[in-house]
Amino acid sequence: MIEKALRGSPRYWGLIIGLLCVIGLGAGFWMFQLTKGLVVTDLSRDVSWGFYIAQLTYFVGVAASAVMLVLPYYFHHFKDFSKMIILGEFLAISSVLMCMLFVVVDLGQPQRMLNIIFHPTPNSVLFWDMIVLNGYLFLNAIIGWTSLQAYRNNMAPPAWVKPLVYLSVIWAFSIHTVTAFLYAGLPGRHYWLTAIMAARFLASAFCSGPAILLLLTLLVKRLTGFDPGKKAINTLATIITYAMCVNVFFFLLELFTAFYSNMPGHMAPIVYLFKGFDGDTTLVPFMWTAAALAIISLAMLIPYKIRQQGPALVTALILLVIASWIDKGMGLIVAGFAPNPFEKVTAYLPTVPELIVSSMVFAIGALVLTVLWKVALSVRKEVEGGNISMVAPKSE
Amino acid sequence: MYQAKYIIPGLIVFAALVLFPFVFNAGSAPFEVKLELPKNASECIEAKEVMRARHMQILDEWRDKVVRQGVHVYENSKGQKFDISLTNTCMECHTDKAKFCDRCHTPVGVSPYCWDCHNLSPKQAGPIPPVSQEAGGH
Amino acid sequence: MKSSRRKFLKLAAVSALGLGAGRIGFLGDAPAGAMDIPTAADYNAPMEAKHWGMAIDTTRFNQELVDVCATACHTEHNVPTIPGKKGVKWFFGGNFEETFPTEHGHYLAEDVEHRVYPLLCNQCEEPMCVRVCPTQATFKRADGIVMMDFHRCIGCRYCMAGCPFGARSFNFQDPRPFIKNFNPLFPTRTRGVVEKCNFCSELLAMGKMPACVEASGGALIFGDLDDPESDIRKVLRERFALRRKPDAGTGPSVYYLM
Repeated sequence: MIEKALRGSPRYWGLIIGLLCVIGLGAGFWMFQLTKGLVVTDLSRDVSWGFYIAQLTYFVGVAASAVMLVLPYYFHHFKDFSKMIILGEFLAISSVLMCMLFVVVDLGQPQRMLNIIFHPTPNSVLFWDMIVLNGYLFLNAIIGWTSLQAYRNNMAPPAWVKPLVYLSVIWAFSIHTVTAFLYAGLPGRHYWLTAIMAARFLASAFCSGPAILLLLTLLVKRLTGFDPGKKAINTLATIITYAMCVNVFFFLLELFTAFYSNMPGHMAPIVYLFKGFDGDTTLVPFMWTAAALAIISLAMLIPYKIRQQGPALVTALILLVIASWIDKGMGLIVAGFAPNPFEKVTAYLPTVPELIVSSMVFAIGALVLTVLWKVALSVRKEVEGGNISMVAPKSE
Repeated sequence: MYQAKYIIPGLIVFAALVLFPFVFNAGSAPFEVKLELPKNASECIEAKEVMRARHMQILDEWRDKVVRQGVHVYENSKGQKFDISLTNTCMECHTDKAKFCDRCHTPVGVSPYCWDCHNLSPKQAGPIPPVSQEAGGH
Repeated sequence: MKSSRRKFLKLAAVSALGLGAGRIGFLGDAPAGAMDIPTAADYNAPMEAKHWGMAIDTTRFNQELVDVCATACHTEHNVPTIPGKKGVKWFFGGNFEETFPTEHGHYLAEDVEHRVYPLLCNQCEEPMCVRVCPTQATFKRADGIVMMDFHRCIGCRYCMAGCPFGARSFNFQDPRPFIKNFNPLFPTRTRGVVEKCNFCSELLAMGKMPACVEASGGALIFGDLDDPESDIRKVLRERFALRRKPDAGTGPSVYYLM
């Protein structure tokens, strides 16, 4: 099937070449970082994780969100997702890949990274994160590819795929839970030291991940004519709305616990994010932007009539993705380090090399996603006899 | 053969690439390593043959012994004892890395990263290792 | 009281100078009068304990004495001096608020407020850095010392997020150009690994006291916390002591005599 990725329109090839150029540029900067060290980033003794690890966190969520399609489809026989499910699985593959690459570019000694396998350490959550991320990558690759192949041959997927699908549902929850445990068990980091961290992560994942998937699907619909079906879009929009409500609700729970208890350690990081602490207000404008966008997106998503309209839905989803990205991809990690163990705040903002290295990882993810979706859509086109906006597949 | 017009030229290119180093080096002088041996000592911690074959394993064991097990003394097969230290024991006799380590490491293309942290000599004057006059310094 | 402290400080400064001068030497020269190169015999009588600990007599510490100890430590271990937020520190100082942020003492006794408190790795009983390290590059020895294996560290910096005391530093760049007082007998580090105080395990193995303890002129008391007859236990029986952030649950082995 991979040969489908080798035949495409000039627009397709243009995108591929463009992404390869970004990857090349980013790789150059990564070499620069490897020779100079992480001194090229704005990381410091106090803020020792930054943009890279934040992107890991965000994209683990995007990867886990495939379960929002798989679960209704397999557990509740919600057949309207049949056309989108493969897109969700392939998005999970490219997201997990990005996660792993973000860990690699963050390492000080990446050439030694296999030490995690040579010296397995079950008491380290990072060891488990490595296992669950790799496992999720393989599960989705096997399930997605096998199902697509079966669909192409007009057959039901082999019976052994089913147990793997059920496993992947549990696994999806586990990848984001384990990623939350990376942070939630550290005694000195008050913003992270909260039992609701994993739940918050899942809630934000289940709104932002499907939002990204839906936006990309609508983009593909415009470019290729592939139509996932009105009902699938509306149901996914409903799922996103509920998840975003839960996400905001969980954050309000954090605010209550911190401010009603009046415990300095719990309040400090939130004050840092929304008001500034120890004279540092770097993240304040970002966080208020995120709060405003989250409320606007909810105001547009909650009324059923508004979210059913294409342009309004797209706008709301874009606002939601930006809001959740600022919250999780910028605020969460840095606020964990604010204030530092000496009650001081050290400012952090990603540097240009950091952003370009990150764009390399984003471009690799986009390249993998483009190729995989191209294969999936070409197979569909072949099976449906040239019309990819046709009925649901006969398999399953 | 199915698609022979692709497979056979492919095999030929592959074989040529694999055999190239052998053909290229055929007839040239045998590989020889001339090391500058210490003047103040005639014996290493183990016999020459052992050191030649196993120095990398010994160093690997040494670093685990010192750092992880807190064992600082090595007793050799003759019962002699040495401080387990690359810089303070090995490099005290083998005073010039360029004339000893590099003479073999460089031609065979190994560049162990010992020297990223370990000093070249217990008498080294400054933190940045002096650059050797001889080519092939790491 | 005051005069004896001054006398001690002079002594400490002179001894630190001597130590430094011995090490620095001139470019291209072997350091004149440097410490002897260790041999196997130097390890005949190591210092051993079940649980190494340190008590800090905070009443005797000011910036000067912290600097003396820091210089001794950083010289022994080739710790680079890097200005700014990417620095490497094994032994440093902080005021009361920075050292005991959870105390929130608004109205502090004047002398308590003006002391400079030495900061270093707490060599915890339940070290979070060891728990989170994915490669066992950081591990706890049987004698309580929390060690770093720089060969194994992959530079993920999870330990830095885990440590509630800010005791760990990352080598954002090659540290060698920033080493002021060089000790050729101890390795440097490479870029991309984390480092911290090791309670001078390399000196203990030779039967010597840690460098900061030697330099402190008695203001740092080092010994076996498991031995009720040790000096450190005696001083802890006699005087009130604090540990940093006990609520973090890591059980520091460093005590601050108030």
